[in-house]
Amino acid sequence: MSKQTKTTRRVLAEYTYEPASVEKGYTGQTLYVNVSEHTIAAKPVTDVMKDKFIGGRGFGLWLLWHGVKDETRWDDPENEIVVSSGPCGGTTQYPGAGKSLVVSISPLTNVVVDSNVGGHFGPLLKFAGWDALEIQGKAEKEVIVVIDGSTGRITIEEAPDVPVDTHLVGHWLINDMAESEEDRYYMSVISAGTGAEHTRMGCLNFSLYDRKRQAPRFKQAGRGGIGTVFRDKRIKAVVVKSDPVRGDSNAPADPARISRAGIRLHKEIHGYDNEQCKMRVTGTSYLVQIMNDYDLLPVHNFRFGSHPDSPKIKREVWEDYFTQGLPDGCWYGCTLACAHAVDGYTVRTGPYQGEVVIVDGPEYETIAGVGSNCGIFDPEPILEINFYCDTYGIDTISFGTGTAFVMECYEAGVLDREKTGGLELRFGNADAAIELLHQMGQDEGFGKIAGQGIRRMKEYFVREYGADADFLNDIGMEAKGLEYSEYVTKESLAQQGGYGLTNKGPQHDEAWLIFMDQVSNLLPTFDDKAEALHYFPMFRTWFGLCGFCKLPWNDISPPDNKYTDEPAKIPEHVQNYVDLFSGVTGREIAKEDLITMSEAVYNFQRVFNIRLGYGLRDHDDVPYRSQGPVTVEEYESRTERYDKQLQEVLGLDPAKMSTEEKVAALREYREGQYEKLKDAVYERRGWTKNAVPKVETLKRLGIDFPDVVAVVQKHL
Amino acid sequence: MKVLSYDPELCVGCYICEEVCSETWHKVNDATKSNIRIHDDGEGGLSANYCVQCGECIEVCPTGALSRDKRGIIRLKKKLCVGCLSCVGFCPYLAMRYHRDQVEPFKCIACGKCADECPAEALAIVEVETPSAPGLQI
Repeated sequence: MSKQTKTTRRVLAEYTYEPASVEKGYTGQTLYVNVSEHTIAAKPVTDVMKDKFIGGRGFGLWLLWHGVKDETRWDDPENEIVVSSGPCGGTTQYPGAGKSLVVSISPLTNVVVDSNVGGHFGPLLKFAGWDALEIQGKAEKEVIVVIDGSTGRITIEEAPDVPVDTHLVGHWLINDMAESEEDRYYMSVISAGTGAEHTRMGCLNFSLYDRKRQAPRFKQAGRGGIGTVFRDKRIKAVVVKSDPVRGDSNAPADPARISRAGIRLHKEIHGYDNEQCKMRVTGTSYLVQIMNDYDLLPVHNFRFGSHPDSPKIKREVWEDYFTQGLPDGCWYGCTLACAHAVDGYTVRTGPYQGEVVIVDGPEYETIAGVGSNCGIFDPEPILEINFYCDTYGIDTISFGTGTAFVMECYEAGVLDREKTGGLELRFGNADAAIELLHQMGQDEGFGKIAGQGIRRMKEYFVREYGADADFLNDIGMEAKGLEYSEYVTKESLAQQGGYGLTNKGPQHDEAWLIFMDQVSNLLPTFDDKAEALHYFPMFRTWFGLCGFCKLPWNDISPPDNKYTDEPAKIPEHVQNYVDLFSGVTGREIAKEDLITMSEAVYNFQRVFNIRLGYGLRDHDDVPYRSQGPVTVEEYESRTERYDKQLQEVLGLDPAKMSTEEKVAALREYREGQYEKLKDAVYERRGWTKNAVPKVETLKRLGIDFPDVVAVVQKHL
Repeated sequence: MKVLSYDPELCVGCYICEEVCSETWHKVNDATKSNIRIHDDGEGGLSANYCVQCGECIEVCPTGALSRDKRGIIRLKKKLCVGCLSCVGFCPYLAMRYHRDQVEPFKCIACGKCADECPAEALAIVEVETPSAPGLQI
């Protein structure tokens, strides 16, 4: 670890305040910090914000909407980064109730991105007196922002000695600012890294102080390049410090109602996690083998869904790597405890070679993204990439999917050693992938191009290398400019929509319908699919309004869940969320209200995208690689499956067709299906055929504010 | 270590232990605030539920608020507790308790007050090498 010297800190702006106390999950104030103008100010939380936008992502969207102009782009000073947990965030009694939601205009998509992250920042921000933090401007020189709720002092400071890469800056600032061991418990740092400033796929790291490891750990707001925005604003870190956290710090209206729900879920996890997902043992890595078994694990840039070497990166392998027996929640009270870590990892390459570090993860998305999708079936390089992505501040999903695209381009002859500066970026070449990552961290070589993401790589390869644009558009797994997360969707039309018909881009946090659709055949009609693509994105949006994690909803389920009317919804857990929201805020709701609360925010976000010049039907297009076999090789790898569909659905005779003809026929059919899905989903959501929310929809949801209606009216 | 032991054969179901415990630790006569609970199965069978000091809660506690003291007894440091109740849900004997009147959980620390007051001498503080299940004779 780099040696910590005495830190010179020069205060550029200071603001003192009496921290507002929390009442029923809210402090009633948000914090505005402008790093250009050195302005620090409090803003009141209005009734409209609480009633219609709830908190978390909702507050983020509302504040961002009022902070930017129609023409604002990601690197304009008026773009903001907004962090907010939500009214239930900071609850300690129920698993997964400490999330922060981060909202900004994305350098990858040019539209709003929201990212859900663990770590302690959001709850501690609230306990320091603030329901949200809104950062605007672009600093002249590198700065840190310090929010000290225990002394009621906020500063913007120059701190030239403080490093940028996350594993360094997190330790540094906590060492520098904590006056006692206990102080460390109630501090959290947001940081990015050098890679975030050189790429468009920068992530933010949110720290938590792990009391049992006696070290900070980091969870990532990965998607959409918010770390890039952070570094573009020349911010090295934001630190929050609060008074000690207690079981009643969130000041709920009915504490006993929350505790009852929490104890019930703790008992459920204690009783059944070991026979269900084993999240407490291996976190989300359990998904690797399941996805492989169902032909859903991305392999070689999503060409295939399984690989004979996948057992080398399956759950049992990670069980040996992860330190067992520690309470690995990313916020207090999460007994699902999926936030595992590899302790004592010795870094093998790059600027931190030889350092002994904690690797936070890997989680499924990282294993599949930088592992199987890049043809890397070896845990060691996956760990190395995981560590460096985090400390450089690079999203492992965009890095994994982007590198898989590069590898296919290399093997298809679009790229060669000359174009990559000597990197032989073939599938399975872990050393080349690691070197590419270092180049992103150091702003060197081919890493500068790859770090721009798939959409800009496609344009570059066509423009500079004369590559076939159609081919690149087919195999480049991005939509709206964001790289796909790690599931093969070829055989699930509903999940093609789950990725494509989204607000921020192809991230599975809106909907994951593959099993319902493809495996259980519960969504046979377009109406069924549309209903699922209405309910689940809305339901999952709700987690981000309140400060919840999605995982304790359905990565554990009551043993009698299968006998309920709608097992996919986990009805008992939905009721828990009703109890939690009502118990915290004192606002009595029913389960149907979860959906309408989310609908208001979801539709507002869609309108926001339209306001920024996107968000229409064409922007919901997806690459054909996500819908079916692009190449002859892909088709022939699953000939029986595809031939059967040609025969049974299209009434064709595969025996009389060449593979090329079969690929084309299947493609015409599947692309047509996707367009029909768009129509059905838009109608269900109350949108026009061009994906624009109708005025009547905005009225029904109570978000028919004049400036919102004005945006949609241009498209009606 | 010295732990509480209970003999169901001697227990007469007078519930004095619950009164003594809640009076001692919560200054109120309220069985729901007692660290020991006596259960009557309705058919004459009595059993007791209390902490056997097995220590499984230590691992699940995210803050280090639960630890074993020099006597081997599991103690809760309220200053470190964030009231997450993980220990309540994960106690294999359901002997870590929660009451709506307080944020932190509570449990038997083998203080022996109930044993002192038990008229049937069904409760005692005994020396054991390893913890066992409650309700069994030790």
